[in-house]
Amino acid sequence: MTDALQGGRQATAAPFAIELRGISKAFGPVLANRDIHIAVPKGTIHGIIGENGAGKSTLMSILYGFYKADAGEILINGSPINITDSQTAIKAGIGMVFQHFKLVQNFSVLENVVLGVEDGPLLNTSLAKARRILGDLSREYELDVDPDALVEDLSVGHQQRVEILKALYRQADILILDEPTGVLTPAEADHLFRILKGLRDQGKTIILITHKLREIMETTDSVSVMRRGTMVGTVKTAETNPEALAELMVGRKVLLEVEKKPATPGKVVLSIQNLTMRDEHGVDRLKGISFNIRAGEILGIAGVAGNGQSELLAALGGIQRAKGTVTMNGVTLPLSGAGADGQSRRAAGIAHVPEDRQSLGLIMDFSAWENVAFGYHNDPDYQKNWFLMDNDALRADARAKIERFDVRPADCWLPAKSFSGGNQQKIVVAREIERNPDLLLIGQPTRGVDIGAIEFIHKQIVALRDAGKAILLVSVELDEIMSLSDRILVMFDGRVMGERDPDATNERELGMLMAGMGA
Amino acid sequence: MDYATLLQILDSTLRLATPLLLACLAGLYSERAGIFDIGLEGKMLMAAMASGSVAYLTGSVWLGLLAGVAASLVLSGIHGIAAITFRGNQLISGVALNFLASGITVLVAQRLFGQGGRTPPLEGLARFQPVTLPFAESLQGVPLIGPLYYEVISGHPVLVYVALLLVPLSWWVLYRTRFGLRLRAVGENPAAVDTAGVSVTQLRFAAVAITGVLCGLAGAYMATALQAGFGREMTAGRGYIALAALIFAKWRPVAALWACLLFGFFQALALRPDVVEAVVQFKVPVPVLDALPYILTVIVLAGLIGKAIPPRAGGEPYVKER
Amino acid sequence: MDKLPRWADVALVPLISLILAAAVSAMVLLAIGQSPVEAFNVMVEGALGSAYGWGYTLYYTTSFIFTGLAVTVAFHAGLFNIGGEGQAQLGGLGVALVCLALPWPHWTVALIAAACGGALFGAAWAAIPAYLQARRGSHIVITTIMFNYIAAAFLVYMLVDVLRPAGQMDPATARFPAGTNLPTFSDMPILQNLYAILNEDGTQKLSKAGVAMYKVVPANVTLFVALGAAFLVWLLLWRTRLGYQIRAFGKSESAARYAGINPTCIIMIAMLISGGLAGLMAINSVMGDSERLVQNSAEGAGFIGIAVALMGRNHPLGVVLAAVLFGFLYQGGAALGMMTSIPIELRIVVQGLVILFTGALDQMVRMMLTWLFRLRSAKPARAV
Repeated sequence: MTDALQGGRQATAAPFAIELRGISKAFGPVLANRDIHIAVPKGTIHGIIGENGAGKSTLMSILYGFYKADAGEILINGSPINITDSQTAIKAGIGMVFQHFKLVQNFSVLENVVLGVEDGPLLNTSLAKARRILGDLSREYELDVDPDALVEDLSVGHQQRVEILKALYRQADILILDEPTGVLTPAEADHLFRILKGLRDQGKTIILITHKLREIMETTDSVSVMRRGTMVGTVKTAETNPEALAELMVGRKVLLEVEKKPATPGKVVLSIQNLTMRDEHGVDRLKGISFNIRAGEILGIAGVAGNGQSELLAALGGIQRAKGTVTMNGVTLPLSGAGADGQSRRAAGIAHVPEDRQSLGLIMDFSAWENVAFGYHNDPDYQKNWFLMDNDALRADARAKIERFDVRPADCWLPAKSFSGGNQQKIVVAREIERNPDLLLIGQPTRGVDIGAIEFIHKQIVALRDAGKAILLVSVELDEIMSLSDRILVMFDGRVMGERDPDATNERELGMLMAGMGA
Repeated sequence: MDYATLLQILDSTLRLATPLLLACLAGLYSERAGIFDIGLEGKMLMAAMASGSVAYLTGSVWLGLLAGVAASLVLSGIHGIAAITFRGNQLISGVALNFLASGITVLVAQRLFGQGGRTPPLEGLARFQPVTLPFAESLQGVPLIGPLYYEVISGHPVLVYVALLLVPLSWWVLYRTRFGLRLRAVGENPAAVDTAGVSVTQLRFAAVAITGVLCGLAGAYMATALQAGFGREMTAGRGYIALAALIFAKWRPVAALWACLLFGFFQALALRPDVVEAVVQFKVPVPVLDALPYILTVIVLAGLIGKAIPPRAGGEPYVKER
Repeated sequence: MDKLPRWADVALVPLISLILAAAVSAMVLLAIGQSPVEAFNVMVEGALGSAYGWGYTLYYTTSFIFTGLAVTVAFHAGLFNIGGEGQAQLGGLGVALVCLALPWPHWTVALIAAACGGALFGAAWAAIPAYLQARRGSHIVITTIMFNYIAAAFLVYMLVDVLRPAGQMDPATARFPAGTNLPTFSDMPILQNLYAILNEDGTQKLSKAGVAMYKVVPANVTLFVALGAAFLVWLLLWRTRLGYQIRAFGKSESAARYAGINPTCIIMIAMLISGGLAGLMAINSVMGDSERLVQNSAEGAGFIGIAVALMGRNHPLGVVLAAVLFGFLYQGGAALGMMTSIPIELRIVVQGLVILFTGALDQMVRMMLTWLFRLRSAKPARAV
């Protein structure tokens, strides 16, 4: 099923609306895109699916002129084009709907639409024309928005329509949507798909980037699957099924073997009931999460990034406000107000290896020894007297942890930013695990970490479990979840989709759950 | 207080509000484009020195005006390079340029005229003369309105009227032209402008240049219209009052006019404590009147009278995402 | 962009900035028809060439250490405190009130009390902008600027209408009682020998009462307080939990929240310390020199603190060195004003340029340095 359908190489009479030939892009040593071929016929919806970090966004940035590809060429309607900036992309008829909208919040819909493509130095004529065209477009494609409404007063779904209108107003023939439903309610998403189908039926070409299988199956005509920077297959949607796509997407990776004995779960350490969180934009990020973690077990949370896992960790770690009931060793933890902070959580026996070590877990300009105390700077062992910290004790402690965790270079004076990703992570993990917490929250433990360090960090996590501690592991790496967890929960759209036993499930089943399809 | 005194105070209100208004509108363009500028004071001072000196040396107030604008533009250029090209700290750059201007103006004026950093008094064509508006004299006899028109509205240097006209003009530019739309957009969300295929850098430099021109007018007015010549530190914090007015006006041109008139009114009152005492029936210390604009601005900043929300991208250098 | 070696970033960036500032100043001098070399010689002679010059240079240095430290502490918390000038003026008020309150028996007691008064008033003046920043999100730069002007107006009111003794014309307080007079360098044993006024035969001149006479310089015991404060600030920032939290918060607000560091708390404390340090400078100028509170007692030192902190790379040791540099600049500038036709305002130009190059164009300086480093490393490669 792999190469037979690699569209770009097919000989067809009609040129493709858009065709990529051998696109490659590297960032330093990392190959984000490797020899990508895609060909999308005019008037179709083409899906691109893949896990986080598969290279989808890089590819789209190349198409919109944010990056220049190292190799390969792009053809629009059969003729090669050199996309150097957004302006060229727009002129070539490419419209982009970004995951994070590029709208001016306190502008009206009309103003946002005409920005950059005004018809002359005065706005009057531009706005009148835009109002007329917007009226036509709304009727034609069910894209109703009040042209005079301020963007900041619109719902997220309507803001997205403004982005689509912007592209259409620029006479885009090729519309690229990057994870368009990430912020939408199911009803809004359905509406969006109706709009997209309407656009397709009018002859527009649409590229839909997503990680959700359901969307691919429901809306696309053909789909390409990306994995680790390469295009692993392109198929007609009608000729495939979610299971096959999930398998392509996740791949048959060799499981990293982690030696571990069967878990012997003890008493419940952490109990979560109906945890909810609403962000500052009024979007519900957590929609009623309930589960328990027992001593001596690793509970793995699987899911594609952005489905509420980060918010779950933030709520438990005391970083963000939430609602619901959380008890730790039988004591209720405050989720907002006094006591809902990192210091109180640490005092309650919760250690936290955050997903984003660079912006949360470490102060990048601080030396390694200062970072080893980060969050635990109030520890009495670190104090010389009421006023001074005992920096010698801090450094001795840091040296010991650096040695035990084999952080390289073993120089506690180096600032965190001078360490490689893997060694930065080892510093964070050492700091948190060596506290011997009752509960360890650990997010993306091996993101950007080399193989050797991965193995080491995994061993530490298992050792902590065997010492009878509870571990909540969040990872977007399925094999990591599968090899480490004693139980697996899958999160999707702020909810727990289901619980699975790692020994009785497989990637395909988990992939379906992660993509929002109850198996 | 009689009507004549009121007219006198209103007359000086208008005179004193003009440099504030020009500087305030100057700041409006820059800040609306996302470049904070606390260097209005320095640009005004620089322009005051340049215009005063050139006007004295050439005897032409218009050449003086030109020189003032040019001098102010030089400082804007430096601010632009620091803030836009090198993505430096906009606040620090503004502070630095204020000091630079404060020192250089005295150095140059001292070198040129040797009078302790002042220019000699400007006379005749080297200074803006009052303009009598049409019918001012013939209507003088009309009760109430006649004196108001003659005393308060008519009889100011031309830059006063320029400043007043700049208010509707700025409103029109900001809200009715393509340039204004893009300018406001770049101060709110430069990424939106960038993805629309418009250069963020060019827009911001254009905005900073307009700021330079308007500060040039403000400074030239100080030296060649409000007063007859340049004196050291003659702007006396007006750049900061203008900044306060800009915040008070929530970055809107018409509101800026009212804010500047209000702050100008305070300045006019500070010149006439006797009148204030007569009206409120107790002695109001002059420093209280001096401090009022600043106190009001802090209250606005604290969100006690409506929230002053600055342009969202203000102060942040634009770095292309991804 | 390539990374610069750490030593280059710490030492070369300020040095190059200084050289650039000096070069531009030299060009300004040339443009107004003066000789930069001569000007520099006059400055060195006037500020460093004699014990008398040092007596002034170190007086300025003392003030600048305090205000530079004030800016430094706030900077470490990620806050730009531009209100040092106003805080220093309020500090002056605090010092004056303490000094005038009691007939102080000895300067040591008075110094401690006045230091508390100055620090307290300075801190109080910083507290409102700090609170507004922490709780209402009001930009601290704008509020502290506004508070500078409000402070100036407030002091005019206090001096004209409240504290001015009856019958005195100029807006100032009464002279402080003798018990508050701080020993200057010319009052200190050993050190005073440097300031001895000599007769033509080389013997020390005596007053009519037979007491040895010394040239009076304003540098006073406060210098040692300033150096102590610099040490304490260093201790605070790098040796205490509070300093650790301030620095962490200043580097990364999100990480600080992860670690459970309370943002409101840190903003308030950092600004109170900052305002307190700015207020402390008044013991040098108000108590140590003028011995009464006059208008504009801070004389711009609050603003120079910005340049000093930037130049000193926000490290107390750097601040002390930069304060000496700016002390030299101020006394040297004064010498220029007296000995040459170059206006004293040259020092404000240099100050502005230093702030510009170290604070706003630092990226440019770094890029220049990186480029130089690349040239240097490219050469041997070509030779191979």
